[in-house]
Amino acid sequence: MGNFSVGFRDRGTVKVLSLHGELDAHTASELEAAIQKCKDEHDYRIVVNGASLQYISSAGLGVFMAFIEEVRSKGGDIKIAGLQPKVFNVFDLLGFPMLFDIVDDEDAAVALFERRTGEAN
Amino acid sequence: MAALVHNLAIPSSTRHLKKVRQFVLGHLVNAGVRDVVVSEIKQAVDEACANVIEHAYLNNPCHELDLMLRIDARQITIRIRDSGIPFDERNYREPDVRALTKRRRSGGLGVHIMRRLMDDVQYRSKGDTNEICLTKLRPNDLDGD
Repeated sequence: MGNFSVGFRDRGTVKVLSLHGELDAHTASELEAAIQKCKDEHDYRIVVNGASLQYISSAGLGVFMAFIEEVRSKGGDIKIAGLQPKVFNVFDLLGFPMLFDIVDDEDAAVALFERRTGEAN
Repeated sequence: MAALVHNLAIPSSTRHLKKVRQFVLGHLVNAGVRDVVVSEIKQAVDEACANVIEHAYLNNPCHELDLMLRIDARQITIRIRDSGIPFDERNYREPDVRALTKRRRSGGLGVHIMRRLMDDVQYRSKGDTNEICLTKLRPNDLDGD
């Protein structure tokens, strides 16, 4: 495929997925596989770092929609960070900011999980 | 300005969508179209082609999509032709994203994006040929405007 990849990192109990390249109807299956891997390993606290994401189509957005309910039902969430303005505009066009936490950078997204853990304790 | 016309044919596989985006990007940038408008048209064309591949050709890669990009002083038009299953606009409903997440579905997002980004989206079928025409009006898109 070549023009899209996903990197995995751990930050405490949060799994960070770094997206690189262009996410379209062809490469969306790679994001699907990445989030499925998180589910299989019971990692439900997911931050998607989109700083290196150059493009997203509705097929890519559809992957987030397909997983979000299940991830939340397990007590987790998918938080989205660092989107470039032209990519954020596509999320915005479909009303995603009403459904997802979309923040400026990865640290802020991880902090949202930590704050929630703190409140729970 | 005289009209500029460019053509591209691709096999009906999503692996060629990147080529479609590069085709649109290259010709619109060369014509001096503003970055934000280039991005909008590129996105709409990608969504239209992805829908044809998935819904008209059911992801069978043995068919073809024919694209024509026409740029003149008044408007930018992209016509996409296929010979698959026609799209019936009467079955289309505006997507409710919140409801779709509950049903774990993402259908209809591409058409919604196309309609939001373009000034006009028309579907036609004649004989075995289907056509989608996407139109963006000018002239508020030239660099430096």
